[in-house]
Amino acid sequence: MYMAATKHNYLITNASEIPQVLKEAKYIATSGRPGPVLIDIPKDILNQKSDWVEPGQLDLPGYKPTLEPNPKMIQQAANLIKNSNKPILYVGGGIIHSKANQELFDLATKFNIPVVTTLMGRGAFPDGHELCLEMPGMHGNYTATTSIQKSDLLIAIGVRFDDRVTANPSFFAQNAKVIHADIDPAEIGKVREAQVPIVGDAKSVILGLINALGDTKLNTENWINELNSMKTEFPLSYNQNENGPLKVPFVLEELQSLTEEEAIVVSGVGQHQMWISQHWNFTEPNTWLNSGGLGTMGYSLPAAIGAKTAYPEKLVLALDGDGCFQMTCQELITASTENIPVKIVVFNNGNHGMVRQWQKIFYNSKFSASELGHVVPDYVKLAESMGAVGLRMTKKTEVKNVFSEMLKINDRPVLIDCVVDPEDMVFPMVPAGGSNDQIILNEEDLKNL
Amino acid sequence: MSERILSVLVEDKPGVLARVASTISRRGFNINSLSVGPTHIEGRSKMTIVTELDAVEQVKKQLNKLVNVIKIVELDPDMTIETEVLLLKVSINKDSQTSVIEKASLSGANSVDVGQDYAVFELTGSSKELNKFEDLMKPFGIIEMVRGGRIAIQTNL
Repeated sequence: MYMAATKHNYLITNASEIPQVLKEAKYIATSGRPGPVLIDIPKDILNQKSDWVEPGQLDLPGYKPTLEPNPKMIQQAANLIKNSNKPILYVGGGIIHSKANQELFDLATKFNIPVVTTLMGRGAFPDGHELCLEMPGMHGNYTATTSIQKSDLLIAIGVRFDDRVTANPSFFAQNAKVIHADIDPAEIGKVREAQVPIVGDAKSVILGLINALGDTKLNTENWINELNSMKTEFPLSYNQNENGPLKVPFVLEELQSLTEEEAIVVSGVGQHQMWISQHWNFTEPNTWLNSGGLGTMGYSLPAAIGAKTAYPEKLVLALDGDGCFQMTCQELITASTENIPVKIVVFNNGNHGMVRQWQKIFYNSKFSASELGHVVPDYVKLAESMGAVGLRMTKKTEVKNVFSEMLKINDRPVLIDCVVDPEDMVFPMVPAGGSNDQIILNEEDLKNL
Repeated sequence: MSERILSVLVEDKPGVLARVASTISRRGFNINSLSVGPTHIEGRSKMTIVTELDAVEQVKKQLNKLVNVIKIVELDPDMTIETEVLLLKVSINKDSQTSVIEKASLSGANSVDVGQDYAVFELTGSSKELNKFEDLMKPFGIIEMVRGGRIAIQTNL
């Protein structure tokens, strides 16, 4: 049952196996491309008595992750980079797992190569840096998505050409050659053929590239200028009316302006997740936790509790949708009873917002099973009933005060019921299976669909 | 689509067969034949998987990701010796007895059990030879037939 959802799994048949299996399981889970390992201990084994058996050497003849890249491939990659005028570093979660953000920074800044960071790679390269184009893809910003389309060389590191990035792969980066480096050989060539495939750990790959490029000067000035004017012409935008319903991007920007330290932001799945990825300024790795391609609604609160437990001194924000929050909201009791003071903002639009958005755009506004109702549950009372502080914001003038109040409370979990506009949609957008050359920038563009 | 033969060296551990089979089947590929047995190395088993894949490279990569899979070799059909085993129980009577036994013997099958009204034959050979033998026996009334998975080994280059 767990086979398809785990990296590996064990069935214990004798209690004496447990120490060795634990040692192996930890190694497998945390090395190579990390992933969950499940150890199934049946009831009869739990009742068994056994002497302690000291775990021995790891004996995993079929599991040897390749960390060091092939130098020949690195050289070929460097040659492609030297001849590129419009390179893009397309980087993702692999950079963060490999703790290669500093090396990535060195590579990008030394050779002046613009960087797009995928949903899982947000924070791998600092937002706000001139070379950072932020997130590409289905809900990526215009410049990031278009930079890939216009690029002549994709330097893809720790990414898997997910369909949320590529849209229809036949129209994806048609003029670009591809260098694809990943620790998992099964990802290379799966979606897009790579001219230079590199199996290895991101950090070693990047250090190899820096070394192989040596004193090379890339002529990317025009390319960066082109992208900069794109940024100016097509910025992310939202429209917060003075007296109108709250818009999530506005609320996010207000919240970030009030947090002095680098917070750990944890999201669920859907509209709010995309808005956070678009509008939050990520400057450090591991400050953005979300379930990515697994699309796990309900991830936010439990993951935030985990993050706060690991980093009690850090500000941990569970920024969740109401649909997602309802899936695991009982964990608020865990946070209260274990005294884990996470801060939760429920973006309450009374809907499964992303589902509603698709039904609106692609199904003629036939809303089916996407409406949750604005009235129940009362999130403030729900929070209070579970031992947390409950607050609410509904209009622009309340936002700053309510957030300030939340940030002052550090001895208990706090939840804010943030009532937002149910009609709001996430843009830009490239419909599933579409071409990244045809980006829907706003509601107006929908008329041309 | 043509047949592809994968020879997969695995650790002899519980669940390995299920892992390998499910990795192939959950991608919607049919397994024509699968056999597994011990090798000359202790703790190692060899699986011979015959399948019709056009995406064999991707399946090989996915199989390689399994922790208990050690090595995968795709066998070149031109340099592969392949064999399969069959047990077949056929009904016999006074009239057909001689003919059945004669045909079986000419096919190279061994009779392993003969009763009043049935005979069991064993035959080892290529899939084609086994198919042919089945066709030969059909008119007499096959009661039961079992075929083992196909096994294969690469000849020296």
